[in-house]
Amino acid sequence: MKAVVTVIGKDKIGIISKVTNTLAKHQINILDISQTILQDYFTMIMIVDLQKITCSFEFIQKELSTIGEDLGVSIKIQHEEIFNAMHKISQ
Amino acid sequence: MNSNHILETIHMIEKEKLDIRTITMGISLLDCCDTDGKRSRMKIYDKITNYAQNLVKVGEEIEKEYGVPIIHKRISVTPISLVAQTSNDTDYVAFAKILDDAAKAVGINFIGGFSALVHKGYSKGDKILINSIPEALSSTDVVCSSVNIGTTKAGINMDAVKDMGQIIKKTAFLTKDQDSIGCAKLVVFANAVDDNPFMAGAFHGVGEAESIINIGVSGPGVVKSALEKVRGKSFDEVCETIKQTAFKITRMGQLVGNEASKRLNVPFGIIDLSLAPTPAIGDSVGRILEEIGIESCGAPGTTAALALLNDAVKKGGVMASSRVGGLSGAFIPVSEDEGMIHAVKAGSLNLEKLEAMTCVCSVGLDMIAIPGDTPWETISGIIADEAAIGVINQKTTAVRLIPVHGKKIGDEVNFGGLLGSSPIMPVSQFSSSQFVNRGGRIPAPIHSFKN
Repeated sequence: MKAVVTVIGKDKIGIISKVTNTLAKHQINILDISQTILQDYFTMIMIVDLQKITCSFEFIQKELSTIGEDLGVSIKIQHEEIFNAMHKISQ
Repeated sequence: MNSNHILETIHMIEKEKLDIRTITMGISLLDCCDTDGKRSRMKIYDKITNYAQNLVKVGEEIEKEYGVPIIHKRISVTPISLVAQTSNDTDYVAFAKILDDAAKAVGINFIGGFSALVHKGYSKGDKILINSIPEALSSTDVVCSSVNIGTTKAGINMDAVKDMGQIIKKTAFLTKDQDSIGCAKLVVFANAVDDNPFMAGAFHGVGEAESIINIGVSGPGVVKSALEKVRGKSFDEVCETIKQTAFKITRMGQLVGNEASKRLNVPFGIIDLSLAPTPAIGDSVGRILEEIGIESCGAPGTTAALALLNDAVKKGGVMASSRVGGLSGAFIPVSEDEGMIHAVKAGSLNLEKLEAMTCVCSVGLDMIAIPGDTPWETISGIIADEAAIGVINQKTTAVRLIPVHGKKIGDEVNFGGLLGSSPIMPVSQFSSSQFVNRGGRIPAPIHSFKN
C-alpha cells in the first residue's frame, strides 16, 4: 500500500533529514520525493511504500505529527487512494 | 501523481472545511416485532448494538488513514410504527427510549426512525406513534422522528397535516426549558426517501436491505472557494466550476463509503450529494448564493442561483458515483447556516422566500424558529403548502419548524452545536384554521397517473 507524506510550513534546517530518518526507522520506503520553496514556505511531498512497515499506521502518523510540531511545520501521512479518487475520472 | 492535486485536496480539507458529514448505518428492525412490547424492545436493543458495535471505531480509523474528517456516525432504523404495532402497547415512548439507549451504547450521536409513513392513512401503530412523539422527543436525547404525510402517488393526508401541527406545538411545549429543541428533531415530509443518511429525517425504508451504509458528504466551503476564482465570469463557467467541485467531493464520499462498507462487512447503499452547511464561517450555502452575485441571500435572483447550484451539484455528483441517492440537493436549514442567519438578520430572507427556494432544492422549510404563540393551524397550513410543492413537483419537501415556547419576534434562540442559532422569524398573522380543519385527503395529482 502506498501513502502520501506532505510537509507544509516555514523552511528550516533538517526537515527532510528528520522525516526520512523516521520513515527509514519503520522500514517505510520512499518512492518519490518533490520539494518546492515559495517565499520561505516549504512544501514537500513524498510518495512512500508501506509494504514492509514495522509499526501501525496510527503510530507513524502520531510520530510524524510530533516531529512536525517540534519543527513548526505540518506533517501528514494519508493513504494515496484519496488523492486518486478525487482527481482521476477513471479509477 | 500531480503534486498540485495533492495540495488541493489538503487545502480543501484544512481551509475549506471539506468533510464527510455522516456515515449512517441503516438497520432493518422488521424482525424485531413481538406481541410483547418489552420483548420487542429487547430485540431492537440487541440488534442495533450488535450490528453497529464497530461503526464508530471504523469511522475513526478511516478518518485517520485518509486524513478526512468524518463528522457524524449515525444509525437509521425501520420506521418504528411498523415494528411496534405488533405489540399491544398503547404508547411507544418506551421504544424511543430503547433507541436512545442503544444509540448511546454504540457511541453514535443521532438515531433516526421514530417514524411513521401515513401519506394515505393511519394504521393502528401510526396513530400511536404520532401521539407518542412529543413525549418521546422530550424524554430522549439522540432520537430523531419523522412523519411522511404525502406522496406524489398518494396525495396529501390532510388529517395527518392537521395532527402534525398540534404535535409540533406539544413537542415545543414539552421541551420549553431547552428552547423547544424537541422540534429540531422532528421532520414532516412529503415524498420522504428510504435511504436518506441525514438527520433528523433519516429512516431505513422497508424496501432496503437488512443493513446498509449510506454516506452524506459536505462541502459548501469548497464550492464557495472554487467560485471565488470565477468572479464576474458567465453562468456557463459558474455551472462548470460547481460541477467539477461536486465531482471531487463525491469521489471522496464514494471512497469512504466503499471502505466503510468493506471494513464493516455491510453493503454500500448510497452517497447523498446534498451540500450540508454548518453554522461555522466558511461552510454556508447562503454564502455560495451570494458569491454567485446576490447581495444578501433572499434578494431577487436567489431562487435561480439556488436552482443552478442544485442542478450543477447533481450533474458533477452523478458523474462521480453510480450510487447516488438519498436527498441529493442543497440544504437550506436556516439556523444551521451562517449566511442564512446573517440574511435573516439583515432582513433579506423571510419565510415566503424560503418557501419559493424549496421548490428548486432539497429539502424544505428547515430549522426555522418561529414565535412560540404561532397557532397550530398556521403550522399545519405551512406543512400543507410545503407538501403541495413536493407532491406536485415530484420531489421531497419537509418542514422542520420550531415554535420556540415563550419567544417572539426580535428574540434569538441558540440550539447549540451544529443546530446553530437563529432570530425568531415572523409568520403570517392570517388564519388557516378553516382550511386545515376540513380533514380528509388531497388526491394525487393528475401527472402521477403514469401507468
